[in-house]
Amino acid sequence: MIIDHPLLGPRDASEFVYLGDASLIDRPNPDTEDASHAFYEYAYLRDNPAGLHRELWFHEAGDRSWLVVTRNTETHEITKVEFAKDVARLAGRSL
Amino acid sequence: MKYSAFQVIKQALRGHKGWIPAWRDPEPANHYDIVIIGGGGHGLACAHYLAKTFKQKRIAVLEKGWIGGGNVGRNTTIIRSNYLLDGNEPFYEFSLKLWEGLEQDLNYNAMVSQRGILNLIHSDGQRDAFIRRGNAMILNGADADLMSTEQIKRKYPFLNTDNARFPIQGGLAQHRGGTVRHDAVAWGYARSADQHGVDIIQNCEVTGFRIENGTCTGVETTRGFIGATKVGCAVAGSSSRLMSKAGMRLPIESHVLQAFVSEGLKPVIPGVITFGAGHFYCSQSDKGGLVFGGDIDGYNSYAQRGNLPVVEDVCEGAMAIFPMLGRARLLRMWGGIMDMSMDGSPIIDRTHIKGLYFNGGWCYGGFKATPASGYAFAHLLATDTPHPTATAYRFDRFEKGLMIDEKGMGNQPNLH
Ligand SMILES: Cc1cc2nc3c(=O)[nH]c(=O)nc-3n(C[C@H](O)[C@H](O)[C@H](O)COP(=O)(O)OP(=O)(O)OC[C@H]3O[C@@H](n4cnc5c(N)ncnc54)[C@H](O)[C@@H]3O)c2cc1C
Repeated sequence: MIIDHPLLGPRDASEFVYLGDASLIDRPNPDTEDASHAFYEYAYLRDNPAGLHRELWFHEAGDRSWLVVTRNTETHEITKVEFAKDVARLAGRSL
Repeated sequence: MKYSAFQVIKQALRGHKGWIPAWRDPEPANHYDIVIIGGGGHGLACAHYLAKTFKQKRIAVLEKGWIGGGNVGRNTTIIRSNYLLDGNEPFYEFSLKLWEGLEQDLNYNAMVSQRGILNLIHSDGQRDAFIRRGNAMILNGADADLMSTEQIKRKYPFLNTDNARFPIQGGLAQHRGGTVRHDAVAWGYARSADQHGVDIIQNCEVTGFRIENGTCTGVETTRGFIGATKVGCAVAGSSSRLMSKAGMRLPIESHVLQAFVSEGLKPVIPGVITFGAGHFYCSQSDKGGLVFGGDIDGYNSYAQRGNLPVVEDVCEGAMAIFPMLGRARLLRMWGGIMDMSMDGSPIIDRTHIKGLYFNGGWCYGGFKATPASGYAFAHLLATDTPHPTATAYRFDRFEKGLMIDEKGMGNQPNLH
């Protein structure tokens, strides 16, 4: 698989480390009433879809940026690559 | 028809015209007491034990393709019970004992071969960990044997014991471990289940559940609605996809694992050898092919095929420890979809929906579990209580902090 890095261009996926579903960006608020249940769902439950999947990859052997890669889990085709920090910012989660 | 040497001779004398199909091809009924989704090893084993051991009636196994076309026919056939943790070891040892009596129970030659499994040791830390594991195994009634480098050299002269990075400093052997002919396991369980009245319905994909007032009353399939008092799901790599149709999210990610087989060779490898430090393991099939593999690819996948970096990694591991393997040609490689759970251990449990039961999260080690998984799932479906060796395999262990994390990796499925 080739990941088309937004800054560095096409890079082999073996330069990256895989973390999992990009919903991990949406960390629950620890101060709410049901925080412990929300953290259980956040830490352990996954949609695990067959088809398009937004997922976090870390460019360990490169510029050490976190990326959100949109990939089809049935074909391995990658259709979109974004910086995770941009995704987080858009969701109002990062400065 | 009972299989025996006498039967083989009798059929041979009649030109092999008297053999009958090993299982029927029935039309689905409108309603069953128990419907099992998934005609892999676990679903078929469950049907066999439900009918034969737990004396249940009106059972069907629904399989979307043909039985044995999933992971049960794609794995590298290793059986063992060399686990460390309390939640796991009694279950896997129960499974190994069931393997030992399987062929008599099924009247089917599954080629169960207890040729032994050896886990190599390369450091003091690894030796300590393996001694602890061996002791845990012995405490649970399994066998474990710490082998010295000298003993290993004698039994496996082809291993590179002096690799500069990974010198072999011993190994933990389980001599009762070994390999089983994987397809025969599916076929043997199917034949026995069928003989005990189970309907095995192929080309029948479950597309949804009918759930009324919190109770599951049946399944929608590509061959119409099939009613059921109890529904058991055992679809391995497709677990999340299937259970999402009941509105459930699981502590599971689907990942691809690849395996490889070389051209057929004369007997060279006397058992299963694992080189954990190099992500490589190998055995030799009865046809002579060297069957080997390594790690999962590491990203979510339903593609049933992997990528080249893992191929390279596995072959590098092979060359480091088995230099002779470099002379053999690779014949085939393939992939299967693993239901990787958040702690690396499986789930055999009821769901919050009445009448709906789940079996999954087998990761890359569910083949060895096939008999015990089928037995424990049958126990749960028949009695509504967990089998004594499977009490820890619950859904709520993640929320309660009762993970069974053999590798100590945390909630990172691609590291288990
Ligand atoms: C390359 C590889 C090597 C492995 N090596 C080992 C090993 O050495 N030792 C070991 O212990 N384990 C090993 N495993 C793991 C083991 O194969 C699996 O954990 C185990 O086979 C899973 O259980 P199963 O046999 O029931 O799965 P499967 O055979 O995959 O059965 C699930 C079935 O469900 C069906 N299904 C899915 N969705 C639906 C639906 N909606 N409706 C109807 N049917 C459906 C599928 O078609 C499939 O036939 C390996 C796996 C792979 C891929």
